Amino acid sequence: MKPAIFDYEVATSIEHAVRLLSSSDNSKIIAGGQSLMPIINFRLLEPSLLVDITRLPDLQGIKSTLGGGISIGASTKHHELETSLLIKERFPLISDAMKHVAHLAIRNKGTIGGSLSHADPAAELPLLMLLLDAVLHITGPTGLRKISVKEFLVGALTTILEDNEILTRIDIPSLPKRTNFAFNELSQRAGDLALCAVGVTISMSSGMLGRTKKIKDARIGLMGVNDTAIRISEAENLLIGRSSLDSSIIDQVAQICTSTISPNTDLHASADFRRHLALQMTKKTLTEAWEKAQASKTSENQNKENQSEENL
Amino acid sequence: MSFQKTITLKVNGVNYTRTVEPRLLLSDFIREDLLLTGTHVGCEHGICGACTITFNGDSIRSCLTLAVQADGAEITTVEGMGSQENMSKIQQKFQEHHALQCGFCTPGMLATCEDMVKKYPLTSEDEIRDGLSGNLCRCTGYQHIVDAVQAVVKEDKRDVS
Repeated sequence: MKPAIFDYEVATSIEHAVRLLSSSDNSKIIAGGQSLMPIINFRLLEPSLLVDITRLPDLQGIKSTLGGGISIGASTKHHELETSLLIKERFPLISDAMKHVAHLAIRNKGTIGGSLSHADPAAELPLLMLLLDAVLHITGPTGLRKISVKEFLVGALTTILEDNEILTRIDIPSLPKRTNFAFNELSQRAGDLALCAVGVTISMSSGMLGRTKKIKDARIGLMGVNDTAIRISEAENLLIGRSSLDSSIIDQVAQICTSTISPNTDLHASADFRRHLALQMTKKTLTEAWEKAQASKTSENQNKENQSEENL
Repeated sequence: MSFQKTITLKVNGVNYTRTVEPRLLLSDFIREDLLLTGTHVGCEHGICGACTITFNGDSIRSCLTLAVQADGAEITTVEGMGSQENMSKIQQKFQEHHALQCGFCTPGMLATCEDMVKKYPLTSEDEIRDGLSGNLCRCTGYQHIVDAVQAVVKEDKRDVS
């Protein structure tokens, strides 16, 4: 199908983009267009004006922020997130999960701001940003406001963005020290939208002065199985303070996750199957993250032993 | 009501300036305005991969891009990839390994393969199959395409050592 008639303007600044958006009743931002263009081609959406924000340098690139975080311009492309050395160093969870985002030709053009604003319930970036407690910068006619991803995601394909607002920047604060993670996704074919994905991070306490290392911070997020990507705080709280995880706790956590989500039945899978996936994949992902936390604890101890040997 | 924009871009090394409607897809611009019909159009919503081209060095779907967004861009389509006498390496390997039958998916496959060989190590067959998953082929069953990509990777490694 071919798009219906619309006008097109290239924004020269964020303010210009906001003005253009406000100038028309039925205007829409276009960046990579990888979610918008199919909708426009199908004429599910017939905008009167498309405002292109891909040529704004302010919206490009990944910067380091104080305290070990990063700040990502909204027009930064998926492939840049996938290959960025800064991201690999600070948030390897993102680097690992990006390979699940569609196909290379889509990752070459699609943007982080576009994926978040489109808010597909089975997309990776909303889940990743929710897991990483990202703060979103939104610019509108009255200026800039900053909100959490949780507040931003309202429902399937729905965010709190007003018609004349633009998601301009994504800030990710540093993770606690000694954080390990695991991410798993199931889709029918590589690059398809997920039937279910689960991400887990586990951060351990330092265990200084001979104290037992405990889980200080735990995050569990799922997507593909709910209206929006979702964090399961009840399950997270069950993990905090523990120094070991046995299979009964892992089962209990997975049960809580499964009873919190509300999956849909669609062409690709039934709600029951999605619930089954959520249960099994939460167990698997939590186990993997915990095993990684244990392994890095051991290697840390070995490092200490090696160091003390060297000191001798 | 119709809007018009003038764009200048380079396709297969040739500069073009054209006036187009904003709603014109890059795939249709390439085929119908430039008459470069090697770029094929299948699904027009980014699923089949037939319209994949090289845009400023990256593989992209030309059906999910507006022609107006290509203002200033450098594009390579299958016509610019090589000639019958002087095929690109991936084209040669496609021929040697019979990686096409009807040829409909081939221009998009070639653009995808060229980009993935450039960007990923492709050390396993699985990795190659994942990389091809965005391009549909209804003839070959993919095996011969995988073989062709593996042959390119193997030769590249030999070139390096």
